[in-house]
Amino acid sequence: MSARIEPRDPIEAATEGNYKWGFETAIEMEIAPKGLSEDTIRLISAKKDEPEWLLAWRLKAFAAWRETCEPEWAKIKHPPIDYQDLHYYAAPKRKPGPKSLAEVDPELLATYEKLGIPLRERAILAGVEGAEEATPVAIDAVFDSVSVATTFRETLAKAGVIFCPISEAVREHPELVRRYLGSVVPAGDNFFAALNSAVFTDGSFVFVPKGVRCPMELSTYFRINARNTGQFERTLIIAEEGAYVSYLEGCTAPQRDENQLHAAVVELVALDDATIKYSTVQNWYPGDAEGRGGIYNFVTKRGACRGARSKISWTQVETGSAITWKYPSCILQGEESVGEFYSVALTNHHQQADTGTKMIHLGANTKSTIISKGISAGRSNNTYRGLVRMMPRAHGARNFTQCDSLLIGDRCGAHTIPYIESRNPSARVEHEATTSKIADDQLFYCRSRGLSQEDAVNLIVNGFCKDVLKELPMEFAVEAQKLLAVSLEGSVG
Amino acid sequence: MLEIRGLTAEIDGKPILNGIDLVVPTGEVHAIMGPNGSGKSTLSYVLAGRDGYQVTGGEVRLDGVDLLALAPEERASAGLFLAFQYPVELPGVGNANFLRTALNATRRARGESELDAVQFLKLARAALRDLAMADDMLKRNVNVGFSGGEKKRNEVLQMAILKPKFAILDETDSGLDIDALKIVANGVNALRRPEFSALVITHYQRLLDYIVPDRVHVLAGGRILRSGGPELARALEESGYAGLGLEALGESVS
Ligand SMILES: Nc1ncnc2c1ncn2[C@@H]1O[C@H](COP(=O)(O)OP(=O)(O)O)[C@@H](O)[C@H]1O
Ligand SMILES: [Mg+2]
Repeated sequence: MSARIEPRDPIEAATEGNYKWGFETAIEMEIAPKGLSEDTIRLISAKKDEPEWLLAWRLKAFAAWRETCEPEWAKIKHPPIDYQDLHYYAAPKRKPGPKSLAEVDPELLATYEKLGIPLRERAILAGVEGAEEATPVAIDAVFDSVSVATTFRETLAKAGVIFCPISEAVREHPELVRRYLGSVVPAGDNFFAALNSAVFTDGSFVFVPKGVRCPMELSTYFRINARNTGQFERTLIIAEEGAYVSYLEGCTAPQRDENQLHAAVVELVALDDATIKYSTVQNWYPGDAEGRGGIYNFVTKRGACRGARSKISWTQVETGSAITWKYPSCILQGEESVGEFYSVALTNHHQQADTGTKMIHLGANTKSTIISKGISAGRSNNTYRGLVRMMPRAHGARNFTQCDSLLIGDRCGAHTIPYIESRNPSARVEHEATTSKIADDQLFYCRSRGLSQEDAVNLIVNGFCKDVLKELPMEFAVEAQKLLAVSLEGSVG
Repeated sequence: MLEIRGLTAEIDGKPILNGIDLVVPTGEVHAIMGPNGSGKSTLSYVLAGRDGYQVTGGEVRLDGVDLLALAPEERASAGLFLAFQYPVELPGVGNANFLRTALNATRRARGESELDAVQFLKLARAALRDLAMADDMLKRNVNVGFSGGEKKRNEVLQMAILKPKFAILDETDSGLDIDALKIVANGVNALRRPEFSALVITHYQRLLDYIVPDRVHVLAGGRILRSGGPELARALEESGYAGLGLEALGESVS
């Protein structure tokens, strides 16, 4: 199903929107020379003091990367990326372990402020004593390639939860990292995952042991700052038997004329009866109204429901990036395991999004739900691409998919591409799709009640996204709503 | 006071309103009756400022303010309210959220303070009580899955909360049973005060038993053909448009 609207809509998608996170932070950086080779990888590995096995793993990934080509099936267009013209390592220079506010680079603190990280949490990020008590969210902040600070480590440690930069996990918990890294997304899984495996520099690591309900939301802010730098973070989350964790990530980047590459990998592992809730508010710089600049976001996110009755739930609100290529997936291996994907993808101006999910049903009575809301404005292109695969042993498995597209204006495109493969006759797959436009009568109805055109569009868009937004933790939902409003600025006129 | 003078309007180049002259003094309620297709809804849309309804001549003033120069939302803040003949569905948008957003938008535009969720809820519950409506009306999505009667009542609820100084009700009574009709009438009567006026568009005399109009106007072919007191509505009910010598006006009311 695919829809393209003929140009006769009175709502004109036009003027400039506003990216409020487009600042650059003047911070002293340590940057590796441009280019990608085995030497680059050895340098990264050495910088991070990594064990031999990890270097070997990276080199294997690099070899795999050289053997593969960029995927071409997605409905996106971009000039060729010169992978030798990028920096693969950039880190804010700092003394190890800032213990007080005074030791943290003030520019970095200013950045947290601009990112909207609440004051108290900024203080925690900066390691100020006693600042941790009242906040329910633990934060890791990844700045370019390096994790800058993680809050609440001690509170979490008491509960047995490990939440730290992955580079640190490699040193402190090598047995866990070695057991799980690449176990969901193998080093050579796809072009971008292989690239990430070869050069990833940091990211978050979460381990929730058996029977533990993580006492707070865990959150990571990702920020690309340095010029001509790719960001390749790697996140690994493990929930043991009966464990529960809710993890949030937020992403921003400065406003630049050139495109920047972001190729992350996220791996989730849920054992018996474990639940992982992973929420993303992705707001990488989308480029300007003419389509100059913006982040190329090529991300591999995959969760393995290894255990019986385990559950992985992805919720994403994607408003940023010039290009989004992203399919958070669930491998439903354990019997009665559950996969969920709730997505809002909003594109405006010249943005291109090709996003969706894969639900691979291996075990009996596995269940998946896909709710995708695509909103296209301006001259953007928004594609939902989703795979539901029922394997031979997935007796009684069920999927429900609902894909809705909303068009604003007459120069954008919305496309829905579902792939359904069933090799088990007892499995059931339901797919519903709709494409609609914000109707003139809806806008007029709102305006006749006193709402401005923009408020009316926001209200209608938020209503359209409600089924997804309600899956987000409260404070994130509010942030997401604001973000949708900002991203729609200038989309009607 | 609403003053409409020489108002002409077209849709897609087709003239629909052909010179409307109508004055509703402050504090009065006027009824408009007329055959289907005579331009009643067009008139209400033109007053509310809907795109595509092209004004080609004349003027409209509400208490001296040139309404035609304002955007629809500015007209709302100026105190105009239109109860739609066909209320619009807003999927996923909660009625309470919609009403509060609307109320605060108009309050903001008038330089009044906004209401927080608690203050709003208090006000909305009181309005619901006055109109004998269930609280769950606020929780449901705007008009989604509402019956025809519920949609009309929701319009009246919005009117009660937004408290306009000039309300247009476009066939708000059509398709309602007698109880619902009374609710609509109560909604209007509750707002009746010296500074409130309304234009009630209806096909049926029975609504006018509950909302007694000061004046009744017959609209046909995009013009006001006849004006009179409440007795004009009764005469229409008894003998139809033909009986009043208005048979040449296209289809009559069934
Ligand atoms: N959107 C429109 N496009 C074209 N013609 C319209 C439109 N709306 C109304 N009309 C025409 O305008 C005339 C008046 O319609 P309307 O104002 O709805 O009448 P009423 O409310 O009195 O029944 C009718 O001839 C109708 O066909
Ligand atoms: Mg009508």
